[in-house]
Amino acid sequence: MSRATTQSVAEIKARNKQLIDEVLKAYPEKTAKRRAKHLSVHEAGKSDCGVKSNIKSIPGVMTIRGCAYAGSKGVVWGPIKDMIHISHGPVGCGQYSWGSRRNYYVGTTGIDTFVTLQFTSDFQEKDIVFGGDKKVTKLIDELQELFPLNRGITIQSECPIGLIGDDIEAVSREKSKEYGGKTIVPVRCEGFRGVSQSLGHHIANDAVRDWIFDKSAPEASSKFEPTPYDVAIIGDYNIGGDAWSSRILLEEMGLRVIAQWSGDGSLAELEATPKAKLNILHCYRSMNYISRHMEEKFGIPWCEYNFFGPSKIAESLRKIASFFDDRIKEGAERVIEKYQPLVDAVTAKYLPRLEGKTVMLFVGGLRPRHVIGAYEDLGMDVVGTGYEFGHNDDYQRTAQHYVKDGTLIYDDVTGYEFERFVENIRPDLVGSGIKEKYVFQKMGVPFRQMHSWDYSGPYHGYDGFAIFARDMDMAINSPIWGKTTAPWKDAPRPSLMAAE
Amino acid sequence: MMTQNAEHILDHSELFRGDEYQQMLANKKALFENPHDPAEVDRIREWSKTPEYREKNFAREALTVNPAKACQPLGAVFAALGFERTLPFVHGSQGCVAYYRSHLSRHFKEPTSCVSSSMTEDAAVFGGLNNLTDGLANSYNMYKPKMIAVATTCMAEVIGDDLNAFIKTSKEKGSVPADYDVPFAHTPAFVGSHVTGYDNTLKGILEHFWDGKAGTAPKLQRKANNTINFIGGFDGYTVGNMREIKRIFELMGIGYTILADNSDVFDTPTDGEFRMYDGGTTLKDAADAVHAKATISMQQYCTEKTLAFVKGHDQEVVAFNHPLGVGATDDFLMTLSRITNKAIPNALERERGRLVDAMADSSAHVHGKKFAIYGDPDLCYGLAAFLLELGAEPTHVLSTNGGKGWEKKMQALFASSPFGKNCRAFPGKDLWHMRSLLFTEPVDFLIGNTYGKYLERDTGTPLIRIGFPIFDRHHHHRYPVWGYQGSMNVLVKILDKIFDEIDRKTSSVGKTDYSFDIIR
Repeated sequence: MSRATTQSVAEIKARNKQLIDEVLKAYPEKTAKRRAKHLSVHEAGKSDCGVKSNIKSIPGVMTIRGCAYAGSKGVVWGPIKDMIHISHGPVGCGQYSWGSRRNYYVGTTGIDTFVTLQFTSDFQEKDIVFGGDKKVTKLIDELQELFPLNRGITIQSECPIGLIGDDIEAVSREKSKEYGGKTIVPVRCEGFRGVSQSLGHHIANDAVRDWIFDKSAPEASSKFEPTPYDVAIIGDYNIGGDAWSSRILLEEMGLRVIAQWSGDGSLAELEATPKAKLNILHCYRSMNYISRHMEEKFGIPWCEYNFFGPSKIAESLRKIASFFDDRIKEGAERVIEKYQPLVDAVTAKYLPRLEGKTVMLFVGGLRPRHVIGAYEDLGMDVVGTGYEFGHNDDYQRTAQHYVKDGTLIYDDVTGYEFERFVENIRPDLVGSGIKEKYVFQKMGVPFRQMHSWDYSGPYHGYDGFAIFARDMDMAINSPIWGKTTAPWKDAPRPSLMAAE
Repeated sequence: MMTQNAEHILDHSELFRGDEYQQMLANKKALFENPHDPAEVDRIREWSKTPEYREKNFAREALTVNPAKACQPLGAVFAALGFERTLPFVHGSQGCVAYYRSHLSRHFKEPTSCVSSSMTEDAAVFGGLNNLTDGLANSYNMYKPKMIAVATTCMAEVIGDDLNAFIKTSKEKGSVPADYDVPFAHTPAFVGSHVTGYDNTLKGILEHFWDGKAGTAPKLQRKANNTINFIGGFDGYTVGNMREIKRIFELMGIGYTILADNSDVFDTPTDGEFRMYDGGTTLKDAADAVHAKATISMQQYCTEKTLAFVKGHDQEVVAFNHPLGVGATDDFLMTLSRITNKAIPNALERERGRLVDAMADSSAHVHGKKFAIYGDPDLCYGLAAFLLELGAEPTHVLSTNGGKGWEKKMQALFASSPFGKNCRAFPGKDLWHMRSLLFTEPVDFLIGNTYGKYLERDTGTPLIRIGFPIFDRHHHHRYPVWGYQGSMNVLVKILDKIFDEIDRKTSSVGKTDYSFDIIR
């Protein structure tokens, strides 16, 4: 059992404060001052976690963060399956983000569906010197010829686009006109904008507002008759099928999901979303902007929900149902009841194996808080958490609804800090990303990737909870962790063997 | 009817096949996705397989689809990690560094340490000097590297940041000690590819040590000795390959220096300790490498500038093209022998004999088979040459980052063998071009990296995974593909796929009971 669980809250707080002081000593003074604002020990009852956030990363510290392009192309736009997303600029950005986010979909890839293709303008020196507008103009013609079933095109700007003064908006307008009003969306998500992925989410949301909502008639491509029970799933990227294991619950309770943003989503679904009666928002961080916009412009209410772990799922189903009539409220109860045997069986199987185990998290979006309930449903304890690109409103939600007194909080953690924290706290599990995975496994600490679900998933919904529980168990209780130290190390020297 | 089950937990691959989910997805599509008429989807799919489509596809001028190349800084990071306690530092936007680290870690299943100067809008306007200065100071204090090797993202290149001047100024401001090693290379993503970035970075590091550390130290005077320098180039098999090469050198009794040896940092043990740095070419060896008799590069197109620089320091330079198979390995060893005056030992001759033995045993299964290959230019060349030795036909050889010189060289290779008669090299093309090639001029097997699985699925051409990156199979990088033993590994990979394919095609009971043979 890890040290954290054997101590009182006061002891934990003192230890965590000391840990923070120790890591800050490694920095030059100016940097230590800046980093100090991002590290904290949570005090119960406070309205936020006591850290500054959404501030520029410090050069040279090994931040885990990405960029605006990653937030737009990689997160928000990339999963829209029937549109082609051009990585506009040099080859790398599109290459490194090609197929790596596991946004599941169904479609005829390369013919009417394009998620796992890498389209790029592959900038060369001459494009930097003379500008890339001509190239992207021609590129759109070539897309239209070779991929005639695409429903729309987005231009995802990489760093050079904004620096060389290209006018991708003019190109988009011109080509849209030429192709009979085709949806062509310029996105100004150059990687140097903002401080992390987060601004890319916002820019991507605004591009939907300006280039889809404002351009299309609400009836454009959606032919269905509205019902009083129409909802849209916002901020679920269908990683490992998350949106599907969520959708099934909503439909079982009597709602109708008319759009998925953006995992397994389509242009028609984006366009039809203003018909929804309620937008339900999973990843608040990446899609609160468009939810607020739809509330203001179309009067659609939105509510946040959390489909990780049975406690939060039940709470969320009831919360969503509260926006509707008794039919839906009864539906929510029916769904909770239906899945209770699965929940009981999963808990009975895994809780005894996981109870009392401690977890440290460092992830993006909603997960640094949203998954805490799922761990707690399995008897586990999250002792440290932080956001890659959270804002203060994320830390408020975390403080008010999720973390316990004394939890170590680290915003935009550096590689150095995270290593020291884990080394000292020795949690039973670390949940973070691919860049962190092997660092901690080398240290002998079990790890799960909590961006990609470590190639597993779904983790959302009841079906996903079973997989989540199994995965955490197999990480923590893998027999390999008993083998990291050679048996002849730290053991009394064996006497000479008889044969010698 | 509930599909999920606590006793037998269904993964995504099974869960969504259940009736409830299938019905749900069908409804979603029909009601909300505004799908195309399935007949139209079929029509376009069939059309995309035709010669007519191929012609349009090959007429592309602006669009690249599924390229088989990455950008310069990836190669820069890969090369810099090959030096003792060296921290790669990429000057520019920070998201790039997150991408390089993820990309390399997904291939090697190992940590990749690298930092960024995290430039944002204000740096785009005023330049990134402050970012570089602060960044160097922070990295130096936190991560205690022995050397920080700086490269650039396209952002820093577009705004014209001058690394030489910036590093000087940073040192004057006290970011790192004046005599601290900060070699650098400009690595614009809009020129060349990851192999170019490898080349620029390695040249930058050698230039730093050999030519007076950017004017801060005297240039080294070469005192020729009998050792050789060895450069692997950008290589997804670096872990296995470097160890194999060292074994060969030791068998031959050659004094050697491996430049940019990242085989240990990409292969640290899980024993309770995270080693941010491990192994690598020592800084002393990097400097002393100026005295070597010759420098050998395993991959010409990864080292064009580096070798020109080395040659300028009066060393003999020799470049290979990812030698694979009997003839290419013979050439490699004979070149080593000629330069060092060391005989090729019997142990290696026996290894050669074993490879010939294996090829003789198995060649009937490879002979006459047609292959498509794609990848970095040197790897493509090495694989094609090996296939020709096996009597196979490397029908389509495609390299997105190969140029005209490479094409010529490939065509000359084809012309040297009767099996190369119908083979063709495709420089600068991408995997969507390859798709058309596979539909219009089908081959038996495809060799390439993980992304080839999309081509395998579309065209039915079985994929043999050799290249970079390999994300969806584990541990291949631990096995060498160089030397006679490495060539043996490649042969076995190819044969396994050939036999698996025969089994797959003959495994329906009551229909193809014949040919499902137990002995082959």
